[in-house]
Amino acid sequence: MKSLFLSNDKTANVVLFLLIALIVLVPLCNAILPSASALHFSAYTVSLLGKYLTFALLGLSLDLVWGYCGILALGHGAFFALGGYAMGMYLMRQIGERGVYGDPVLPDFMVFLDWKELPWYWYGFDQFWFALPMVFLAPGVLAFVFGWLAFRSRVTGVYLSIITQALTYALMLAFFRNEMGFGGNNGLTDFKDILGFNIQSEAVRVALFMISGLALIGAFLLSRWIACTKLGRVVTAVRDHEARVRFLGYRVEMFKLWIFVFAAMLAGLAGALYVPQVGIINPSEFSPLNSLEIVVWVAIGGRGTLYGAIIGAMLVNYGKTVLTGLLPEIWLFTLGATFVLVTVFMPNGLAGLLLKKGRETQT
Amino acid sequence: MKANSFKWRMSLLALIMLCIRPSIALDEPADGSAQFNSENQKVSKQQAETVLDPFADALSRLLIGSMKDREQAIEHLSVTGHPRSLPILEALLDGRLYALRDKKTAVVATESGQDYRIADASTEADLGLVERSELSKVNITNSLRTKLRKKISILQLQSDDASVRLFAVNAMVKTADAKTLELLKEYESTETDEDVLSSMRLIFALNDLQNSDKSVRLNAMDTLKEYNSLEAYNRLSVLIEKDNAGNFIEADNEVRKKAQAALKKIDARLQFYNSVETVFFGLSLGAVLVLAAIGLAITFGVMGVINMAHGELMMLGAYTTYVMQQIMPNHIGLSVILAIPAAFMISALVGVAIERGIIRFLYGRPLETLLATFGISLFLQQTVRSIFSPLNRSVTTPEWMSGSWQINDFLSLTWNRFYIVLFCLLVFAALLQILKKTRLGLEVRAVAQNRNMAKAMGIPTAQVDAMTFGLGSGIAGVAGVALSQITNVGPNLGQSYIVDSFMVVVFGGVGNLWGTLVAGFSLGIANKMLEPHAGAVLAKILVLVFIILFIQKRPRGLFPQKGRAAEA
Repeated sequence: MKSLFLSNDKTANVVLFLLIALIVLVPLCNAILPSASALHFSAYTVSLLGKYLTFALLGLSLDLVWGYCGILALGHGAFFALGGYAMGMYLMRQIGERGVYGDPVLPDFMVFLDWKELPWYWYGFDQFWFALPMVFLAPGVLAFVFGWLAFRSRVTGVYLSIITQALTYALMLAFFRNEMGFGGNNGLTDFKDILGFNIQSEAVRVALFMISGLALIGAFLLSRWIACTKLGRVVTAVRDHEARVRFLGYRVEMFKLWIFVFAAMLAGLAGALYVPQVGIINPSEFSPLNSLEIVVWVAIGGRGTLYGAIIGAMLVNYGKTVLTGLLPEIWLFTLGATFVLVTVFMPNGLAGLLLKKGRETQT
Repeated sequence: MKANSFKWRMSLLALIMLCIRPSIALDEPADGSAQFNSENQKVSKQQAETVLDPFADALSRLLIGSMKDREQAIEHLSVTGHPRSLPILEALLDGRLYALRDKKTAVVATESGQDYRIADASTEADLGLVERSELSKVNITNSLRTKLRKKISILQLQSDDASVRLFAVNAMVKTADAKTLELLKEYESTETDEDVLSSMRLIFALNDLQNSDKSVRLNAMDTLKEYNSLEAYNRLSVLIEKDNAGNFIEADNEVRKKAQAALKKIDARLQFYNSVETVFFGLSLGAVLVLAAIGLAITFGVMGVINMAHGELMMLGAYTTYVMQQIMPNHIGLSVILAIPAAFMISALVGVAIERGIIRFLYGRPLETLLATFGISLFLQQTVRSIFSPLNRSVTTPEWMSGSWQINDFLSLTWNRFYIVLFCLLVFAALLQILKKTRLGLEVRAVAQNRNMAKAMGIPTAQVDAMTFGLGSGIAGVAGVALSQITNVGPNLGQSYIVDSFMVVVFGGVGNLWGTLVAGFSLGIANKMLEPHAGAVLAKILVLVFIILFIQKRPRGLFPQKGRAAEA
């Protein structure tokens, strides 16, 4: 068990312990300290931190695909959004009669659009046991179909990047349509309960935060374990020289597909945890820009290290929150400049810098 | 039939300008003494003899008299044959005719800021700016307005300009009554213009449809089925309708059958024109796609560089157009034309700067290039947002690009789309020539084929890279000028085209300019063909899904590069 939990890479261990400390300390501070104390986190802050954790999970999942398998997916946000929509549909059905129009079955926007009955794909989403697997299945199936088609016909490199971007763009356009039955432009919002608890209450928010943290730690350990297995090693080999691996007799497309679907499911989980904490899901999550931002997190953190993606996602999003609050004009400048600087001067990201420093001190 | 209506609109505009600025003499029917003489001949002589100056008399009655007087004054004005009669009556109809406070001078006024710019109605002399309180409007009742319209049509019928006559006749198609018919019959004998005669015959035939004589009605239908007229279509449709009880409104079986046949014939043409329109819309959308993608085809296709900032280079071009218009607000048309080279230069310079500053360090790492150029795109967007504000800027369309070419009732093509198709083909041809005929083109192709060999032959590859990237970026700027004419100019302009333009390049086959052209136009037409059945958004989604599937089948596009170079 020890080898699973700790690794030879010190930085990875540090990140892991920091994460554990975070998910233990924040709820602890909230429980013990009075609400006036400076270390008592407000419900807003807890949700904000929870949001960062889901982004870190999303970044981690992209790092599996990009850092380990070499597929630069520019449509990874689509899986995140699909997971989010699956959770959003469950939360929507939980509103029940408390909606503006008070319809016991139909969500508000359907009543507004004058729909008479629930579309078939909304059936079952009033049950959590049904919605939960959907969080994984919806992105997983999409990733499977898309990946199976693309990898089998050996679409690689830039072409693959561009068609993944087209995929998320098409999905965005589709979800913007009212006829799709996913709330159109406004998306799904106005949630009340999750599993019978009030979604606004502080306790639920702290719980969601802790679940997000646990999910992230779990995904991190699982991903690291996968990277160490034969599957992970073949995948890394595919990244480094695809043709050679194929000549060695491996079915490259199957390995790629496996890792792609797994990453898509992790992204879906991240989306499902994200939605109850921010309280809304709308089609802009599908926008190609969002997917590109995920790539930036991973690039800045350092790809191919897993913990780099976590650091990158947390740092960039923290920077985004601070900068868009203080100087909204500066944010895009900063983001744009970081893109350029990181790709030109720090091809391995922050993790790369840390590794280099570590090596220097060793010698 | 209405091919000249655009010309007519231009002359109406000239007419308005004439009222404002009499110093500009334009080729206008109401201007010049030659018309005065010829129109005089058409007017019955007895009217001219009775009063000394019937024109001035009628004009003054128009200003001070009661409604009854006004009616008479209009009547008189319309038969004086004075060249200013028509513009005055038109101004009256549009509510632009005012009296000065002294109640003696009639003026045509146009709003100019807070004040009104006025011109003497009878002499066209510019009387400068006055406040609204100085003027009192010459009002007319609705019934008078109807009469006025007729009088204006009649005056227009007497015009020497065939396009004005045609407009007058076309305006009568829907409302022709017995009196107008009589009038038209009178003018038919002297009319020489084929288009005007054809419109007159349409009116006669429409009238004959109500005739009591069956053979006349059948004959009329023979005439009508050759016309591309909505009015004819509607009147014929009435003949085959059923009432609530399910009986035919038209009793005569033969008439009904003939009407059915005539309608079928018109329907066939209607369908044809509809498909022509769809193809035209598709071509214009395709032209936009090609314009957006063609610069990308160079940087992506020839150099293998994925430039995510391509859309922002287009945006820079669009903003250049905006700035040019701000610099010369009085020459909108000229500013758009001058914006083309300006946009090319600006975008090309930015492009060269990007290539020299960033991209050259990233050759051979396409995915990193993608990220870095995306960073640049964010940077450019925010720069523009900081300088020009995040709001959309409006770029004025030049006069000669607005409006549409009304070919007939069923088909009208908007000029701006027309020009964009033309412009796209011009840009494409120019680019092709540059690549084929110039030294730069030769070097670009050599480097694209085999970089090392080209270097060995003494081609300065680094310089060629910069120039190629500059060329592709410059084309993006030019595309931006075109885009500024059809969409809003805002910081997000580029973003909305980037996915589409990549699709076009990949669909056409990377490294193949002709592929890009074919792909752009076929995707545009496919999109527009799907639109009526699926709706605009769904059509776009279907096209995207189609491309995604197509790439699976043929990963190298419609026209893949052949040979070893393609494998690299």
